[in-house]
Parts: sequence; C-alpha cells; structure tokens
Amino acid sequence: MSENPADASAYIQHHLVNLPLNLHNFTFTSGGFWTLDVDTLGIAIVLGVLFCWLFRLAAKKATAGVPRSWQNFVEIMIDFVDSQVKETYNGKSQLIGPLALTIFVWVFLMNFMDLLPVDLLPRIMGAMGAPYFRAVPTADPNLTIGLALSVFCLIIFYSLKIKGFKGVGHELMHSPFPYLLPVNFIFRVIEEFAKPLSLSLRLFGNLYAGELIFILIALLPWWIQWTLGGAWAIFHILIITLQAFIFMMLTIVYLSMAHEMHS
Amino acid sequence: MSLNATLLGQMLTFAVFVWFTMKFVWPPVTKAMHERQKKIADGLAAAEQGERDLEIARHKAAEELRDARIKAAEILEQANSRAAQIIEEGKVKSREEGDRLIALAHSDIEQEREEVKQQLRREVVDFAIFGAEKILQKNIDESVQRDLLNNLVAEVEKSA
Repeated sequence: MSENPADASAYIQHHLVNLPLNLHNFTFTSGGFWTLDVDTLGIAIVLGVLFCWLFRLAAKKATAGVPRSWQNFVEIMIDFVDSQVKETYNGKSQLIGPLALTIFVWVFLMNFMDLLPVDLLPRIMGAMGAPYFRAVPTADPNLTIGLALSVFCLIIFYSLKIKGFKGVGHELMHSPFPYLLPVNFIFRVIEEFAKPLSLSLRLFGNLYAGELIFILIALLPWWIQWTLGGAWAIFHILIITLQAFIFMMLTIVYLSMAHEMHS
Repeated sequence: MSLNATLLGQMLTFAVFVWFTMKFVWPPVTKAMHERQKKIADGLAAAEQGERDLEIARHKAAEELRDARIKAAEILEQANSRAAQIIEEGKVKSREEGDRLIALAHSDIEQEREEVKQQLRREVVDFAIFGAEKILQKNIDESVQRDLLNNLVAEVEKSA
C-alpha cells in the first residue's frame, strides 16, 4: 500500500462504504432510507443458504443408527445449542432452539468473513464492476440491528402471549419497585429498549473494530503484515465465535425472561 | 453508514432462515438423536436384564446342584442300609441253615447210636445166652431165660 496519508485515508474510507442499491431507481447510488446494502444482504443470504443447505443435508439423512461425520457435527451443534437453551429456558418451545441455532451458525459464518483477506472480495467484486464492497455483513449496523429487532419483536410477542396485556402492564408498572409507578415505567421501558440496542451494537462494534484493524494491518508494508495480521487473525477466531455465542445466549436469556412471570 | 432498508431485508431473511431451520433442520435431527438415545437406553436396560437373568439362572443351577447332591447322598445311604440289611439277612439265613444242618447231623448221629445200641443189645443178649448155655449145659426153657436176660439187659442199659 502507499505510504501517502491521503491515499491511506482514502483506502480506509473506501473499505468502509457499502455497495448501495437505490430502491427508487435501482442504481448503485444512495437513496436515503430506501437503500439496500447489496453486499451485506447478498453475503448474508449466501451464507444463510449455505447454512440451511448444509444442515438440511444432515437432517435429511439423519438416522438413529451410527451417525456419519457430517451428521455427527450437526448433532454436536444442535446438542450444544439445545443444552444452552435447556439450561436457561425451562419451558417447551418449538422456536427457541432453531432460532438460537440459526443465530449462532449464521452469525458465526458472517463473522467468519472477517478472516478472509480484506481485499479479496472487494477486488473480485471491483473487477466485476462494483464500486464498493464490504465483505463482513455483521460489520454493517443495519444487519445487526435487523437481527436484534427481530429478537425484540419476539420478546414482545412472547411477553404478550404468555402474560397478556394486563400482565405486561402490571409488570411495567409494579417492578422492580412496588408502588413506584412512573419510575418503574421509565426503568422498564429503558431496560426493554436497551436489550436490542446492546445486542446489535455489541456485535456490530466488535466486528467493525476487527475489520478496521485488518484494514490498518493491510496498510503496513507487505513483508511485515503476516506478524500482526497472523496474531490478530488468531485472536479474532476467538472473538467471532464468542460474539456469535453471546448473541445466541442473550437471545435465549431475553426470550426466557419474556416467558417468566415476575412475581 | 446510516440506517436503511437493509434492516428490513435482513429481518425478512432472518425470519425465512429461522422458519427453514425450525421446519426442516431441527426436528429431524433432534428426532434421530432422541431415537438413538432411546435405543441406547433400551440396549443398556436389556443388557442389565440379561445380567439379572444370568444371575438368576446361576442361582437356580447352584440350587439344583445342591439338591442333586443331597439326593445322591440319600440314595447312597439307602443303598448302604439295604446292603447292610442284605448282609444281615444272609447272616441270619446262613445261621439258620447251619443250625438245621447241625440238627440233622445230630439226629443222624442219634439214629446211628440207636442202631448201634440195638445191635449191641442183641449181641449182648446173644453173648449172654451163649454164655448161659455154656454154663448151664442144660436144656432150659429158652424163652424164660430170654425174658430174664432181656430184663437184665434193660437194667444194664438203664444204668449205662
């Protein structure tokens, strides 16, 4: 890379812009809210389909006999997620297990894109005519907020389903402190809205920072990049797994809280 | 990096993937896992049952063996007592036989003695008559003499 500060800054800037699709006229320009980040959504969908396909492969051939290697791996994943769900959430739900599994694997795969060389996908897509391309979907706040909002909707849905409007209202008014109505209400509303916000910004922040550091490492002379790049990549393996796990775990915890009555 | 419609697209995509997992991935795999779990549990239970059966059979065999041993001892004892009885019976029989033989011999001897006695008596009478004839040299009434001598012989016999 160039030693010129202006070039370096342009390089970084270029790496931090998504490929926009203007939904008003379907051009690669920004259209305000009605813009799709094609790179984010595209990679997310590709990875999601990959996940569904691979796991469906094992599910189709699932036998109660001796499992083959891929089925074995899928079973380990499902068992791991299932045990986490059972530890936290004591009830019967058809949704929470699959939801947690999808979150864990999908978010992990999207995080994993961070370990590809920072210029690999942007160069390939650039050669195909895309002016911008960001390879890590979870470094786009739109995606993480989308995930967190979905979880938030589920929290609200289950709260209402289990406790009813009256139960939720009662909970909002009378806890954590008995008979401190307005304070309780403000506390609880802040608490509820903090859930999706923290969920999405944690994931986004970690991956954005990770990506940025990879970009900065890419600015070093080529013969020294492997030292920092290698170290950061190895450390990042831990981070991407941990962030996927945290997102899954918090989803389970929030949903189990939605199921439980505050007495 | 402003919020845009990607968010909505992401929510939709997410919903689809979760639905897919919930419908086509999670249930078959968990079902297979549960089935395997049940299979293994059944297998373990069967093994345990088999072990218990074996234990029972072993018990039964030991009991049977003990019974057989007791029975064998009984039979042996019976045989022993039977043998003793037979020996005893044989002993008694042989003693009886011996006694009978002895009695027979005794009676033979007695008979013989009687005969010898008769003969002796006759001979003694003859001798006496002969003696008397010689001494008297006289014709005497032989029958009177004979009676006399017979009495004499009887007296001799009695004293003998």
